Amino acid sequence: MGQYAIEVKGLRKKFGNQIVLNGIDLKVPQGTIYALLGPNGAGKTTLIHILSTLVAPDEGSVHVSGYDIRTEKNLVKHAISLTGQFAAVDEMLTGEENLRMICRLSGLTTAESRVRSSQLLHHFDLTASGRKRVKTYSGGMRRRLDLAISLVTSRSILFLDEPTTGLDTISRRALWDIILQLRNQGITIFLTTQYLEEADQLADTVAVITDGRVVATGTPEELKSRVGEEVIELRNLKDEVIRTIPTSGTVHDMGQTLHELSHTVPKDTRVSIRKPSMDDVFLALTTTTIKELEGISS
Amino acid sequence: MMTPLTSTKPASVWVTNAVFIGRGIRLSLRNVEALIMAIMLPVMLMLLFTYVFGGAIDPSGNYVNYVVPGIILLCAGFGSSSTAVVVAEDMTNGIIDRFRTMPIRCLSVVTGHVVASLARNLFATGVVIAVALLVGFRPSANLLAWLGALGIIVLFIFAFTWLFAAIGLVTGSPSSASGYGFILLFLPYLSSAFVPIETMPSWLRGVANNQPITPVIEAIRGLLNGTSTPTNVWLAIGWCLAILLASILWSVIAFRRKAGRR
Ligand SMILES: Nc1ncnc2c1ncn2[C@@H]1O[C@H](COP(=O)(O)OP(=O)(O)O)[C@@H](O)[C@H]1O
Ligand SMILES: [Mg+2]
Repeated sequence: MGQYAIEVKGLRKKFGNQIVLNGIDLKVPQGTIYALLGPNGAGKTTLIHILSTLVAPDEGSVHVSGYDIRTEKNLVKHAISLTGQFAAVDEMLTGEENLRMICRLSGLTTAESRVRSSQLLHHFDLTASGRKRVKTYSGGMRRRLDLAISLVTSRSILFLDEPTTGLDTISRRALWDIILQLRNQGITIFLTTQYLEEADQLADTVAVITDGRVVATGTPEELKSRVGEEVIELRNLKDEVIRTIPTSGTVHDMGQTLHELSHTVPKDTRVSIRKPSMDDVFLALTTTTIKELEGISS
Repeated sequence: MMTPLTSTKPASVWVTNAVFIGRGIRLSLRNVEALIMAIMLPVMLMLLFTYVFGGAIDPSGNYVNYVVPGIILLCAGFGSSSTAVVVAEDMTNGIIDRFRTMPIRCLSVVTGHVVASLARNLFATGVVIAVALLVGFRPSANLLAWLGALGIIVLFIFAFTWLFAAIGLVTGSPSSASGYGFILLFLPYLSSAFVPIETMPSWLRGVANNQPITPVIEAIRGLLNGTSTPTNVWLAIGWCLAILLASILWSVIAFRRKAGRR
């Protein structure tokens, strides 16, 4: 284990007859951000639940902070903090009451809890709404409160399950800044996301997961070198996408691609350029041969 | 940047319980509709049974002395049934995941709701007794008998609240929790709470005589009216303890099994 905050080998999990995790291997170095990128139903939440001791695995070995999640649950719990996919806060309590409750449960005295809560409210820009009930909060405020609660005591590993899903661009960027700051303090962050852009902005390592398998692992640059920087999208007159072509994003590369296309596609085909999405990642990855994939994911 | 906290020792079992009890009471107080119901229901039932049904059931006007224990239990049953809903809500909401990833004793979440329910229901019991006294309830109990009656009421509330907590833990959603809870609320009608068992058809008599509400009602009524027998009292205590222990056990098992499932 040593330098790895999280180490998973041959992890499998079934719910009934459904195989949800089908042989996951991964290693997360300490003090880095690791992003698990995958569509809905890929098994991201299940993996986070196993890593955070909520769900027992069927097969495989899982170590978090060097401890076995089966036999050393309590030691794992001292090292981690979870911010789930759905905000884990009491709607009928105020933001401050939520924070103080978790402070007390974390072993702080009443006085310490008061100080710590107001520090966190201030840091997460929630001081003005600290005395309001959470049910009046916006999605972004809820997420920030949720994250603040996760940081009541210092934990070395933070799990964030789709931290920015459903947030507007401004709240998303604010949350990204906070996550990067936490990494700079030395906290290991394991997050899941459905957005390629988010993985690209935050992660030191990205693992692409689909149907319970990691199909690719690498730095965002490595992934993008396979998917391209900019995608050329061709549409017919009915505005249906007829082709997408990954490109490096340089004038030269795009010019050449378009030039070639101009001879082969109908005259009225329309073209647009966009950033690659997760679908493009999967397209790029699934068109590579299985052999190649196995080489990458191990 | 914030000062990073050096890792503290997690909260003791006592602090954990205290925090969750505080949470349960706070949530109860903020559920305004349920709170109004907890006050209105005893008042309305008391008036309904004394003035509307009372004359028909017992024209002598003595019915109020007969019916008070029944209304106390009816209200207590109703009041504790909401525990099923709040527990089910907690288990389906992400908050339980947060608690379960902390190094604390998690079942205290349920304990917190149970104690809050006890507080709510004792309050409702107080309302029943106050209204009853206003409409002519004249108990002949001495202090000791009062304490005995109160003790049995507390035990009953505890037993049924834990039962409802277990129901909240095993049912998948708050709405089905409230549905199952509703069935139990009919038990008092099939007991000696409102009419003497002798007035029921014989098949129903069998049910009424052998279900837990009847001995509890008889014990409380006996203590308040000075007609108690030790058999009644011990039978009531026995039933309540049995339900209490079985429900706690059921809750603990259900809580473990629920681990990580939605
Ligand atoms: N407790 C459960 N019981 C049965 N099936 C489950 C359970 N949790 C998740 N699943 C199934 O496992 C699959 C993966 O779910 P999940 O891990 O939530 O994916 P993601 O977070 O990537 O969207 C889904 O098909 C989901 O229906
Ligand atoms: Mg998920």
